[in-house]
Amino acid sequence: MAINTTISEVPIRERRLKALTGYSGSVKDLAARTSPGCSITNRERSFSQTSSCSSGCAQTLLSGILDAAVVNHAPVGCLGDSLYQNIAHHYGQFHRGWAYSNVNMVSTNMGESDTVFGGADRLRDGIREAYRRFSPKAIFVTTSCASGIIGDDVQGIIDELKGEIPIPVVPVHCEGFRTKVWATGFDAAFHAILGSIVKPPQRKNPERINIINFRGSARVYITELFGRIGLKPVFVVPFATVAELEGMSEAAATLTICGTLGSYLGTALEEKYGVPYVKSSPPHGSVGMDSWLTGLGRAVGKELEIEQLIRTEKQAVQGELAQIRARLSGITAVLGMGPGFSLSYLRVLDELGIKVLYGASWHYDQQYDHGAQPAITTEMALRDEDIPFSIGEQQNYEIANLLNELKPDLYFSRHPGSSVWAAKQGIVTVPVMDEYTAFGYHGLVNFGWRIVDALANRRFVTNLSRRVRLPYQDWWFEQNPYHFLAEEEAA
Amino acid sequence: MSDVIEQIRNVCALGALQSVTAIERAIPIIHAGPGCGQKLWSALSSGNGFQGSGYAGGHAVPCSNSTENEIVFGGEDKLRETIENSLKVMDGDLFVVLTGCTADIVGDDTGDVVRQFKNNGVPIVHVETGGFKGNNYFGHELLWEALIEQLLEDPEEVQPGLVNVWSVLPYQDPFWAATLETIGRLLSQIGLTPNLIYGQGQGIASVRRIPSAQFNLLLTPWLGLKTVKHLEERFATPYFQYPALPVGATESSRFLRAVAAYAGIDADVVEAVIEREEKRYYYYMERAADLFFETRFKPGHFITIADSGFALGLSRFLVNDLGLIPEAQFVTDKVPDEHKEKIEAEFNDSVAGIPSPVIFTTDGGTIRDVIKGLKFRERPLILGSTWDKVITRELQGYPLSISLPVSDRLVLNRTYAGYDGGLTLAEDIYTIILNSFQ
Repeated sequence: MAINTTISEVPIRERRLKALTGYSGSVKDLAARTSPGCSITNRERSFSQTSSCSSGCAQTLLSGILDAAVVNHAPVGCLGDSLYQNIAHHYGQFHRGWAYSNVNMVSTNMGESDTVFGGADRLRDGIREAYRRFSPKAIFVTTSCASGIIGDDVQGIIDELKGEIPIPVVPVHCEGFRTKVWATGFDAAFHAILGSIVKPPQRKNPERINIINFRGSARVYITELFGRIGLKPVFVVPFATVAELEGMSEAAATLTICGTLGSYLGTALEEKYGVPYVKSSPPHGSVGMDSWLTGLGRAVGKELEIEQLIRTEKQAVQGELAQIRARLSGITAVLGMGPGFSLSYLRVLDELGIKVLYGASWHYDQQYDHGAQPAITTEMALRDEDIPFSIGEQQNYEIANLLNELKPDLYFSRHPGSSVWAAKQGIVTVPVMDEYTAFGYHGLVNFGWRIVDALANRRFVTNLSRRVRLPYQDWWFEQNPYHFLAEEEAA
Repeated sequence: MSDVIEQIRNVCALGALQSVTAIERAIPIIHAGPGCGQKLWSALSSGNGFQGSGYAGGHAVPCSNSTENEIVFGGEDKLRETIENSLKVMDGDLFVVLTGCTADIVGDDTGDVVRQFKNNGVPIVHVETGGFKGNNYFGHELLWEALIEQLLEDPEEVQPGLVNVWSVLPYQDPFWAATLETIGRLLSQIGLTPNLIYGQGQGIASVRRIPSAQFNLLLTPWLGLKTVKHLEERFATPYFQYPALPVGATESSRFLRAVAAYAGIDADVVEAVIEREEKRYYYYMERAADLFFETRFKPGHFITIADSGFALGLSRFLVNDLGLIPEAQFVTDKVPDEHKEKIEAEFNDSVAGIPSPVIFTTDGGTIRDVIKGLKFRERPLILGSTWDKVITRELQGYPLSISLPVSDRLVLNRTYAGYDGGLTLAEDIYTIILNSFQ
């Protein structure tokens, strides 16, 4: 179904992409049962731990736009994540050698009386103050559970201010209770950008490549790499300007570092403005990078140049890769990450010679916005040996149980607050926080050495695990890790 | 005046979940949307001194992760199921159910659900902390109201010398753990038995011991006043209030004398402790004096941006122990109106020595605007949050992050409380000054 950027809010992933947060099976099972024409139903949990919500994801992207501002129409706690976003903002500024500034965000600070009389006045104040304080080129109004339940007419209030605030003021519907799939917040942010910021192309720019990512730590390398074949990457959304976002429609192609992140924006740019969206598996590791770059070559008609590029880059790391594989042979691992990373990092670990015992994904989209199964799922199902696989919105108690049972050498995780628990169990934990961690050929090798180092000294986790205990009863470790998942309903 | 908040310095009432995790082996269960726990933990713990998940915090906190279904049809069943299974999975001594906006707006009867478990002997209490009701200081006081009403029991006897310590807000103040230990040590030195409630080695036993204390020590200008009054009402335990967090020798000695006088401790005992501590303190301060008087980078004027009690303590230390000049004091803990006048007076009394404007605000934009309007002839010292480093750099001042968010420092057992705390603060300030040019 084509994306409609004119409707007020994007449908949640559970409906749009048949996203799952409850599943236990294997990679091959998942791939087969979610292949075109098939789908599986979600299994609900009767016990869960606090996860994350869509407003966090929306604000992560929007707070990074350099000359925009975010007005969070909510009680002050909903900006709790702004501290982390500011850390990430400083981290990105550090990588670019820029002076530090704080994220442009305000809370409307909703209180008890607003839940009775509505929060319209506060929202008006918030928008006016954001405009006065930051002189932004655009303002994004993010909603909250409180503003959503009491039914504040965000669009109506924005419309009233049209004459007064001469810039785009855009609602971003990201009430936490709407979805269990926090990545829906990415879509909400992109929906707002697509509907009110992106302009129709004035002229096509055959050099420009949109790269959808988070903080862009690899931007120097990518700029150099693409420069060799006459392409110019523009990194979105964080650290882009509003003007750069306006021009996304003029690009020759769109790439994404993460399929979960890029699905909605990439597909919409393709459908609406004819910008080809590269739907390959993500550029994690060597195989992923092959498919990412090949996809790009095909999209921009530079197949031969890309082939040459791949050859050179790959050649450079072969010797080291062999050394790493020798060092990591026989090592076992479990992995837990968001779906844009989980399946492709299974392949990264394959490439490094690590034996993967289990993969967990924080959610899973049975299809992407372009209608097909994620390429990485199709590709990983072709692997000889199947890998047990589960889906849960970062349920640490399940992972703890799994790790207790499997006792791997390594646990790989992605998401703040997910890695430490494995370390407390005495398992060497390697977090994948930067989205460019195992990026391509060089990233794969760097990641490999990082793992070798992590295994070279296990004393911290050994000492820690002897002295701390997890907050779970023994009873729990005697159960199946997916004890609290309801039976699957017949589809 | 606009009520918007830029650069948040506290969170919503549900932030009280971190006060629960500060009690050893206590487990919060939150009845809220899926993102509340993560956001509040990010702000209060992880992004604030990297205080960690602890035993059962962060993403280990049981949560109903309420979605549309619980909004439309009510979330009581989901809550019941979450509690039931929490009791099977989680290993804790005390369970505290805290609600978020979703449950409180739709009007779930949390109390009813929780009482059924309580009646079966489960150590469990509930508190309605929907984020719209107030900030985390407010939520923290609600939590104690609930614990006093729903958990504490009449004591068999009052234990002479036992003192409950009500002071900094755990996690909101990233230095809370070592600050409490330090206050505990000060009290022990004059012969009292501190009951610290939060932190390592305290736990549910410490909570249950609260009603048998001889008195409650309230070491803040206003936070917890409701709590100690409630305890007085319920258990007839009197309280003694000392508004400033004692930082450095002047305040620590003053604090010890005051609390000893209240508790009826022999003045000779107290003076002996003070003499010993001050001698040690000035052994180190004498060493530092060479640097203080010979550095070309001595900050003339300082600004504090912190909770009222902490700002007061810091300011008194900087004036009395380091000899600096206050320029402005920003108080960011959303002090209830009825306490403002008293706090302002504390900042301008004879102990504070040098009067300075006191600005009550939780909004970083207001703080920035006021600071931009000030004139500095020398580089100012600004003790505030990581947010405030941006404006401090613009002024070529010296920034030290001491209040939420402290995201540029790892905080473990550091504290600025007590005699040693003053020395530590002097070290930290001058390390920043010396680092700024080499």
